[in-house]
Amino acid sequence: MTIAEQTRGGGRRSARLLRGADTVGRFLLVIFLTYLGLLAVTFFIGRVIPIDPVLAVVGDRAPEHVIQRVREEMGLNKPLWEQFFIYCRKVLQGDFGTSVLTSNPVMQDIRRAFPATIELATLGTIMGAGLGVPLGVWAAVRRGGVADQLVRVMGLIGYSVPIFWLGLMGLLVFYARLGWVGGPGRIDVAYEYSLTPVTGFMLLDTAIAGEWEAFGNAFSHLILPASLLGYFSLAYISRMTRSFMLNELNQEYVIAARAKGLTETRIIWRHALRNAMVPLVTVIALSYAGLLEGSVLTETVFAWPGLGLYITNSLQNADMNAVLGGTIVVGSIFIGLNLLSDILYRLLDPRTKTR
Amino acid sequence: MSAVNAPSPGGWREWLMSDRPQSRRQAALGRAYGGWRTFSRNRLAMLGLAIVIALLLVALFANQLAPYSPYIGDLRTTRLLPPSAAHWFGTDDQGRDILSRIIHGSRITLFVVVLVAILAAPIGLVVGTVAGYSGGLIDAALMRITDIFLAFPRLILALAFVAALGPGIENAVIAIAITSWPPYARIARAETLTIRQADYIAAVQLMGASPWRIVLRHIMPLCVSSVIVRVTLDMAGIILTAAGLGFLGLGAQPPTPEWGAMIANGRLYVLDQWWVAAAPGAAIFLVSLAFNLLGDGLRDALDPKGVK
Repeated sequence: MTIAEQTRGGGRRSARLLRGADTVGRFLLVIFLTYLGLLAVTFFIGRVIPIDPVLAVVGDRAPEHVIQRVREEMGLNKPLWEQFFIYCRKVLQGDFGTSVLTSNPVMQDIRRAFPATIELATLGTIMGAGLGVPLGVWAAVRRGGVADQLVRVMGLIGYSVPIFWLGLMGLLVFYARLGWVGGPGRIDVAYEYSLTPVTGFMLLDTAIAGEWEAFGNAFSHLILPASLLGYFSLAYISRMTRSFMLNELNQEYVIAARAKGLTETRIIWRHALRNAMVPLVTVIALSYAGLLEGSVLTETVFAWPGLGLYITNSLQNADMNAVLGGTIVVGSIFIGLNLLSDILYRLLDPRTKTR
Repeated sequence: MSAVNAPSPGGWREWLMSDRPQSRRQAALGRAYGGWRTFSRNRLAMLGLAIVIALLLVALFANQLAPYSPYIGDLRTTRLLPPSAAHWFGTDDQGRDILSRIIHGSRITLFVVVLVAILAAPIGLVVGTVAGYSGGLIDAALMRITDIFLAFPRLILALAFVAALGPGIENAVIAIAITSWPPYARIARAETLTIRQADYIAAVQLMGASPWRIVLRHIMPLCVSSVIVRVTLDMAGIILTAAGLGFLGLGAQPPTPEWGAMIANGRLYVLDQWWVAAAPGAAIFLVSLAFNLLGDGLRDALDPKGVK
């Protein structure tokens, strides 16, 4: 290898590094801008739209000097951009103010409610992906067959049915009539106070304590809302899996694999699905984000004390700090998952590396 | 019809399907006819269309169709009655006939859907076409804003907006519209990018048309059809979001017979009087399903490339 070739190789490597740095830089910029946008929107909602935050605090009969003082205390006499700057700094420190309803710091409330939502959404996604991927593969392989029709119908229903109504009907049938599952809430009241929260995840806490009866009870409460969310995730994931798999099965490498004499099972599960997995990871991450959002309505129906219920309860009591805090937390996770899926896509798909 | 090429009664189809249309109108009608033929072959899409038309008719003739008043019931005799011949879907806790309330509720559903479409689609169209046609910094800025809105959780953002604006059907509409325009902007921009390169745009530019004129008169009309398809596909989502807001008590306020709010009311009695919540939910499901079927059919008919 000549020196010239060596330097060229080195140059190529540094160019690749540079491109990598460029990609990372662009990602960071996107995160920054999107997050700034989220903060700007919540700031706008909280500060600009309501009639007057000062009047909301002191009432409209307060004397002029009180209004002036409160205005200064709340920093509302400063220019808008400065208020926004202060707001951003506070949010980044995790300070969303105090909830009027619970008189706790909003962050503390959210931290307490969060595990319940995560538990629900995670189990839902596991169910949705665990069943949805095989079903979607099956539908793609037997195009026009039973599985294909099933995926189509499930997709249509999933996109058309109101989740809160399905939850109510589920409660009516499986809880009230059949008695197969636990009712609203995370666990029966009888167990609630004997339990010391360690992780905040009911299933884990009961398992750690070795209270298997309570574990079973918590599971019976969890299974219906989780299945409900799982169904919506299943409808989405199976539909996407089907279309990705159809795309892969038409590729030339599948023909080549068949010509080589590989078994059909191996071609489908080892070759085609592996390639389809790349966009699928994105889909699964997005459906997880969707479930976190969908939990707002589900949690209301099932009286599930998670983030969604916290937001709706605060909404009904005009507790703006709590509402905006919850919005920012869910929004941040949403943005985070969006970007994570984007990054995973790049990491998993070797084709995106040399671009 | 101009006198020159007025077709004989039997020649309608040939006239419509003609390879060499004599006039602009003939070409447009021919294209519409071709689309309709593809569309009408899709039985599910026709079912969707039928349900949507039925919804329109029900909303239009709600006063004639509803057997009882949607607002006033008899608390002594007709409270929480199960479905029967007199009350097909039963009655609610105020003694009101649920069928009548659902019939009147169709107006609110249509109101929401139409208003959101009227508000959100033009915003998306303008943002998308302007971004696509101008390119450069304006494009980058507008698309970044669009992406920011796309990255937000829609329902939660709508919730926060309604929380600030105060509950009510109009505010729910505004909140949904604010959160639903970004996909339309994306589509319009993608279309504009392909149209921008066309020769006729270069010709119009040479004739000295202003950028606004080009965007408004020569680009936007071509983006409308794909945006309409997308709006139709989104209708179900809009209905579900509006119903969700209603269910949380943030949309239409009582005693308005909004379907989501009716479910919220029925929730209190769901274990014993299931029909109070069941019927409005079924109505939401049916209408959303119809819009989904219609949207799928429209997409296949208007865009032969997109057939899966």
